[in-house]
Amino acid sequence: MTSGPAATFSEASGVLCVVCILLVPLACAGIALINTGLGRSRSAAQSMMSSLCVLSVAAIAYLTCGFAFQGFAGQPAHVVMIGGKPWSWLAHGSPFLHHVAVDGSPQSLAALLGMVSAGLAALIPLGAGSDRWRLGASCISTAVLAGCTYPLFAHWVWGGGWLAQLGANYGLGRGFVDSGGASTIQAVGGLTALAVAWILGPRRGKYAQDGTPSAIPGHNVVLVLFGSFLALVGWCGLNSAGAILFNGVAAGTAALVAMNTILCAGAAALAAALVTNSRFRKPDASLTANGWIGGLAASSGACAFALPVEAVVIGLAAGVLVTFSVEWFELRMSVDDPGGSISAHAMGGLWGVFSVGIFGEAFHPTLEKAGEPAHSGQWLAQLVGIATLVGFVLPLTYGLNWLINRVYPQRVPVEGERQGMDLYELGAGAYPEFLTHSDEFTEP
Amino acid sequence: MKILGFLLLLSGWAIVLTAVALLTQAPPRAAFVLAGIGVEIVGLVLVIRAHPIRRGEHE
Repeated sequence: MTSGPAATFSEASGVLCVVCILLVPLACAGIALINTGLGRSRSAAQSMMSSLCVLSVAAIAYLTCGFAFQGFAGQPAHVVMIGGKPWSWLAHGSPFLHHVAVDGSPQSLAALLGMVSAGLAALIPLGAGSDRWRLGASCISTAVLAGCTYPLFAHWVWGGGWLAQLGANYGLGRGFVDSGGASTIQAVGGLTALAVAWILGPRRGKYAQDGTPSAIPGHNVVLVLFGSFLALVGWCGLNSAGAILFNGVAAGTAALVAMNTILCAGAAALAAALVTNSRFRKPDASLTANGWIGGLAASSGACAFALPVEAVVIGLAAGVLVTFSVEWFELRMSVDDPGGSISAHAMGGLWGVFSVGIFGEAFHPTLEKAGEPAHSGQWLAQLVGIATLVGFVLPLTYGLNWLINRVYPQRVPVEGERQGMDLYELGAGAYPEFLTHSDEFTEP
Repeated sequence: MKILGFLLLLSGWAIVLTAVALLTQAPPRAAFVLAGIGVEIVGLVLVIRAHPIRRGEHE
């Protein structure tokens, strides 16, 4: 059987889509810079090296089996009939893109977007595992993420899977909607980051014996803020390409998508700056950058359907949510997440997904034409997607990373962490002319 | 406790899926979806509590 029908697609949309997809690697570069800047200086080179390797592994893993599992709407899929309704669980494709003609067709563009999106999702856990995640382990974890976890959920949302068909089969709005990957990329990557942070444990010296956390500030806030700028460009492309490919919006709607993306990120950054200013008397640059990324992650959900003013509201809420979430994870949950990846991507992404059910004015005309009341069940479809992320994706990604950890320990030994990831794993530091870190020369 | 937490996460998801598949009326379906999410939250709390800081282990 085949999965749900594909969205309509014009030639102009195809050209614009290619341009937008080519911008997405800038988002990857931005996230890599943010992860590096928020980590320690003695792990900076290893962080950038890991980012490069993770992107490479993600692309190859996605080519090998990722797109075969993800598929595209209207293509053959494994379907289970439940109560007379089809539930598409997994695409029925061939490995190595054998069944895909790479000719600019929607299917081939979906494969290209999926390749870079899987890389972007795989970069997110690097921020949470900063300063202690072995290079080899992060590559293995990425292969599993890009080859299994990401494509599985992406099929359900973008490949005509059961979540996308909740509207057609069960009357829940238009089914689970996620234009730019708030769930498929951001939440999946963020929840994987949470699993990795749990498995690795906190950095040495992060928590005292009584559980009090100590601040380990990022080593280069300029990298962090520059990465935020780069990420914006990439996100505009990502959201536009996703909306055109998977929601069938017209090419001209890309202007609305980009506007909403910018507004959402800006509002989130301002909210984070205001919140930190009111709490600490000065705005915190790294939390503001986290807020900015949280706003971008949230924008991916409703970017094609929200009004600009609604995007501002979504962004403001994301900025406040991310700021408090960073503190909550560090103080209450004892999760050491140097890059703020869990808060920015998982919390921002989940909020972005839910915001589609609350906002999304552009749904009204379509639904009213079809004789349905506006927002009929859309919020419930979004909640089902969130429940799937927390109730299925988190245990799955935790279990897979736990298995990897049993076979190949993911955390560096104490000596490696004390020495710094650069010297221990690469044999040379990122800043060889600097001689710092008194604890490198003292006994642990 | 960690395994129990993850089992509760999966159980909550199963409740949500069952509600979507079997219930046709909107109010009970929404109620059961919310109940499933509630079970997931309990599971998440258990998983969180099962991950104390590994003090000293990496000191």
